[in-house]
Amino acid sequence: MAENSSEMHSSGPIVSRREALQATAGAVALAALPLQPAAATSSPAGVSSDIAVAMTVNGRAHTLIVDPRQSILDVLRETLDLPGTKKGCNQGACGACTILVDGKRIVSCLTLASMHDGADIQTIEGLENDGELHPLQAAFVEHEGLQCGFCTSGQIMSGLGCIAEGHVGSPEEIQFWMSGNICRCGAYPGIIAAVADVAERS
Amino acid sequence: MFPFTLEKAGSTQVAIAAAASGARYIAGGTTLVDLMRDEVERPERLIDINRLPLGDIRVEGEDLIIGALARMAEVAADENVKRLQPLIAESLIEGASPQLRNMASMGGNLLQRVRCPYFRMLDAGCNKRTPGSGCAAIEGLNAGHAILGTSDHCVATHPSDVAVALVALDATMRVQGPQGERSFPVEELFRLPGDTPDLEHTLLPGELIVEIRVPSGPHARSARYLKVRDRASYEFALVSAAAVLAIEDGVIREARIAAGGVGTRPWRLRACEAALGGRKPDRQAFEEAAQLATEGVRPLHHNAFKVVLLPRTIVRALEMAGEVA
Amino acid sequence: MKMNVIGKPLTRVDGRSKVTGKARYAADFNQPGQLYAVLVSATVGLGRLTGIESADVEGMSGVVALITHRNAPKLAYLPHKAVIDPAVGERLHVLQDDSVRFYGQPVAIIVADSIDHAERAAAAMRITYDARQPIVDHADQQVARIVPGTGTADRSRGDADAAVAEAAVKVDEVYDIARENHNPMEPHATIAAWHGDRLTLWSKSQFLMNEQAEIAAVFGLPVDNVEVICPFIGGAFGTSLRTWPHVTLAALAARHVGRPVKLVLTRKQMFFTTGHRPRSLQRVALGATPDGKITGVIHEGTGETSRYEQFTEALTAVTDYLYSCPNVRTQYRLAQLDTATPNHMRGPGEASGIFALESAVDELSYKLGVDPIELRRRNEPQIDEAENKPFSSRSLIQCYGLGAERFGWVRRTPEPRSMRDGRLLIGMGTATATYPAFHAPSSARVRLLADGTAEVEAAASDMGPGTYTSMTQVAAEFLGLQPEQVRFGLGTTDYPPTPSHGGSWTMASVGSAIRAACLEVQSQATRQAIADAGSPVFEASMEALEWVDGRLRRRGDASPGLSYQDILAKTGNPIEVDGSAQRDPETAEKYSMHSFGAVFAEVSVDPDVGTIRVRRLVGAYGIGRVVNPLLARSQCTGGMIGGIGMALMERTVLDVRDGRPVNAHMADYLMPVNLDTPKLEALFVDEVDPHVNPLGVKGLGEIALVGTAPAIANAVFHATGKRVRTLPIKIEDVLTA
Ligand SMILES: Cc1cc2nc3c(=O)[nH]c(=O)nc-3n(C[C@H](O)[C@H](O)[C@H](O)COP(=O)(O)OP(=O)(O)OC[C@H]3O[C@@H](n4cnc5c(N)ncnc54)[C@H](O)[C@@H]3O)c2cc1C
Ligand code: SF4
Ligand code: FES
Ligand code: FES
Repeated sequence: MAENSSEMHSSGPIVSRREALQATAGAVALAALPLQPAAATSSPAGVSSDIAVAMTVNGRAHTLIVDPRQSILDVLRETLDLPGTKKGCNQGACGACTILVDGKRIVSCLTLASMHDGADIQTIEGLENDGELHPLQAAFVEHEGLQCGFCTSGQIMSGLGCIAEGHVGSPEEIQFWMSGNICRCGAYPGIIAAVADVAERS
Repeated sequence: MFPFTLEKAGSTQVAIAAAASGARYIAGGTTLVDLMRDEVERPERLIDINRLPLGDIRVEGEDLIIGALARMAEVAADENVKRLQPLIAESLIEGASPQLRNMASMGGNLLQRVRCPYFRMLDAGCNKRTPGSGCAAIEGLNAGHAILGTSDHCVATHPSDVAVALVALDATMRVQGPQGERSFPVEELFRLPGDTPDLEHTLLPGELIVEIRVPSGPHARSARYLKVRDRASYEFALVSAAAVLAIEDGVIREARIAAGGVGTRPWRLRACEAALGGRKPDRQAFEEAAQLATEGVRPLHHNAFKVVLLPRTIVRALEMAGEVA
Repeated sequence: MKMNVIGKPLTRVDGRSKVTGKARYAADFNQPGQLYAVLVSATVGLGRLTGIESADVEGMSGVVALITHRNAPKLAYLPHKAVIDPAVGERLHVLQDDSVRFYGQPVAIIVADSIDHAERAAAAMRITYDARQPIVDHADQQVARIVPGTGTADRSRGDADAAVAEAAVKVDEVYDIARENHNPMEPHATIAAWHGDRLTLWSKSQFLMNEQAEIAAVFGLPVDNVEVICPFIGGAFGTSLRTWPHVTLAALAARHVGRPVKLVLTRKQMFFTTGHRPRSLQRVALGATPDGKITGVIHEGTGETSRYEQFTEALTAVTDYLYSCPNVRTQYRLAQLDTATPNHMRGPGEASGIFALESAVDELSYKLGVDPIELRRRNEPQIDEAENKPFSSRSLIQCYGLGAERFGWVRRTPEPRSMRDGRLLIGMGTATATYPAFHAPSSARVRLLADGTAEVEAAASDMGPGTYTSMTQVAAEFLGLQPEQVRFGLGTTDYPPTPSHGGSWTMASVGSAIRAACLEVQSQATRQAIADAGSPVFEASMEALEWVDGRLRRRGDASPGLSYQDILAKTGNPIEVDGSAQRDPETAEKYSMHSFGAVFAEVSVDPDVGTIRVRRLVGAYGIGRVVNPLLARSQCTGGMIGGIGMALMERTVLDVRDGRPVNAHMADYLMPVNLDTPKLEALFVDEVDPHVNPLGVKGLGEIALVGTAPAIANAVFHATGKRVRTLPIKIEDVLTA
């Protein structure tokens, strides 16, 4: 289990069956839910029939068969093994699951994957560029915009949205427009500083 | 979550036809998906209306027209909205969170369901969710509940912020349904709970909200929305008030006041408005008028403070409106 | 002692993994072939299960198993208790019988192939109960107040009752603090996988060693058969100190289905079985002379606990030592309710107790007409008068001095309702913070590699304070290396045992063990060098040599000396040492060891609508040595924000009819959002404590929260003239001010 004991000490991410499957399928991967038939089945009313959706996640195209009930959050975490996006409440009330869909920040827990055929999704895993941190990622480290790190993915994605929307005129404005992301550790001063810093530079 | 099938509407006709045969509209999903996950809502068919061309925000004459699928964030940021009806923008950004506002549609906002905690708990009596099962809130925890428009069957407040603004502004809405199209005041969308709290709105089966029309008026710019709550953001209102003042020659020609967080629907306060007509916009006038807001209140065990807070919120909102007038 | 790495504002060594989403928390360790488990929670507050309709559910799409007390295996539940488990009572046994002891108790578990299938099936469960009326209201006068079975925590010196009764100036009030839930952002989660009779748990835990021992005891396994892995914790604040029933259930489910199982609690379930800060009711009575000398203190408090365990906390402990007073009486009782067992939440009993005490002292200051800081000065003790021992260090008055200056206390006008900013009422308040400087035995492993870098390992945790970073600094310091040359690993039971990650003792305990191991590594390296005929220090005496910046040389010698690489080159083998440390019992006997701080709050209150906002918080702390000022400041400002929550927002509201937490929802249990963040400043007084531990650290995770709520409450009084003795203070409390 050594490779699972800590990300910092692991030789690489754990390769799950699903990832292995995608890797062999190339750029367009068919990721089936565990134990579920990969083909859409039609069924009587009251029974979900799985449907196919195409979505681009961090620049990579995926065709997925999803249960219509699945949130994008669960698809990312459980199907695509991209667990950087966090589930804090599953109720739209914390912001930990924030991602960008077609450039806009949204909460992925209340977003059905089945309704987002063709969506362009950006998650925390896609921000690094050739091993270089995105400036906002670097600023979060530099300004102590995190403690436990659990809200951090959502904060950073939300921060990107906040900057893109132009709600960064003052620390107070940033506070207002970053209030959809709860940080229980109270890393808010660092979060404000990180967003302000990057907004100023960009 | 109950299983469901999902259809995507390419046209309004298709959407309405689907809804008329039992499908449920879904727009941003921030109310519906949330409640479906708790199985408070159990639609078997969903019709995704997000591709319908109902997202425009435009100006017709002096009126502002907001498409039902315009997102809260888009409406709040729209230049015409900010110019013609800043009250709407203000009430919108005080609601929910930036992420939710990017998702949530205006039509969905009006039809969002109550935040009464018992409503979400399948193991609690709730006449709104399960008619005839009783109301757990009346004898339970009810600090957040309504003091106006309640019945012995339900005491939940309508949670929307922007609905309060729209009701204050005499906005109307256009809907299309299997029987055709009709328009009516937004205020008439909301029913009182009476003995059928499960029936929340006046839409007919299959009717689709198409757009909201906000008439212009001399008062539009001197309007403010005040939302009172324990934390600074990301919380529903304990009490809120939209106040609109048309002041001419130092005298109030017309006032519009509506309140949120206190009523079982967005609560227009016409008695307060009438009391302000012809008065100087000063604190005394505001206080006298605001006292009329609590006529007929029925406080519950934990929410009597709202009887005190409501008039104070109105006074402050009027003062704020007076400052921009 | 001169320090090179300790004391430096190093940014987090794990920062990169957190900002890239690569840091893996319990629920992120997806396993091949994994299934999903969802708990079904009891919907009555007390009673028995009478019927379970399972046939439909078992046939539902994707469902692999339904486990209830009817088909669950009988578990061993061997006796096991760690320090964080209540000493009296027995932990909840799950799915072992039909009894329901509190609302939300797990009564069934569904395993399915997807989250949606599992959740659907869980919702479809129809369970019937024979329900009885639970008693959950702590204020209910019929609830007996018992002396904890661990023995009385009551203390008394002098005659406090007489002193208060005879005092010229008195305060005698009752304070009520709401039940709170920790609500970390990360929900509890466990992924369980069996390999024969060996169990691996990827599980959110602040105490891996205990999770391992507890689960081994529950399943009757040898401890070594259980491995617990938790490299990252998404905040915990105490909720993950104990191993709660869901961990057992995840393991049980995984064994039942023969596949790895992932179980994540819903946010609602986070309010049921994972502990809470118990509601407390406290009476504080103070007597004083007209010139402000406190002559008598009475502090009586009750906490709440479950019927099956007695959770106790140090509710009245601070009162014993905070002020100089000959007559002090404290009393602690428990109310047993039909609720789940509470547990420690950040700054546990101290935070609750000090709210009552420091509110009362503030009230006294107004009655006396003495400045609150001056009142504290006049009653500052020279020693711990309860223990009759000196403090190992106590910088409270310096904290008040530093804090008051930075805060601008002189601008405060003493009269309540005397300060305004436009229409807003402004209030300034202050309060003392204190927390014990604990220490527990710990161990750690240091492996010095031939390339001159080091690997350091301990089964510790990092729930946010920056353990990864600060321990790296400690190791780098005592090995004389750069932080980049040290890799610190935690979060697995394969590493040497450490105490729980709580009680602000991680640095003191684990840090001291790392230090000990590093020093031993160094001396082994020295011995190797001395024994090496080819080395310039061959056959030198140990005393004649010294280590400077990671290089060994003869004392006074100006030559560059030997690096670790030089020394290890001979054998090419690493040096590996398991070190341990514990507090010297003699020193522990001699001194009273606590951290102290002074917190200052400025609030605004809207006189019309009652909105209370904290505008500024300044905390000045004496916490011994600061290992990393960047991390320390974060931890303090974070704790202060937590204190805003405690003061103005947080409460778990129970419906007394059936004991359900009504606001068990992220949107209904309010915690500060970004816009609630005031201007924050955390300051540290220079404090050298040679007694607490070799590192001289006193811990700061808890004290950061402790004084904030009373400082805010005192500021609210100053702003409004209305004394609110309940937490949280809500709009409705000041509306009629
Ligand atoms: C954590 C949280 C906090 C929130 N805070 C606030 C707040 O402070 N203030 C506030 O005002 N709101 C708040 N909201 C509510 C939010 O604004 C609503 O959920 C949102 O506006 C609903 O819009 P939607 O498009 O997502 O609706 P959906 O969920 O898609 O639909 C809601 C309902 O409307 C129906 N519907 C949608 N569109 C139409 C249409 N065009 N015609 C007919 N029927 C339609 C659907 O069938 C459904 O019944 C909050 C929500 C959450 C989750
Ligand atoms: S107040 Fe209305 S929504 Fe709430 S429990 Fe009663 S009936 Fe249901
Ligand atoms: S997990 Fe989506 S908002 Fe909390
Ligand atoms: S860093 Fe822990 S919740 Fe934000």
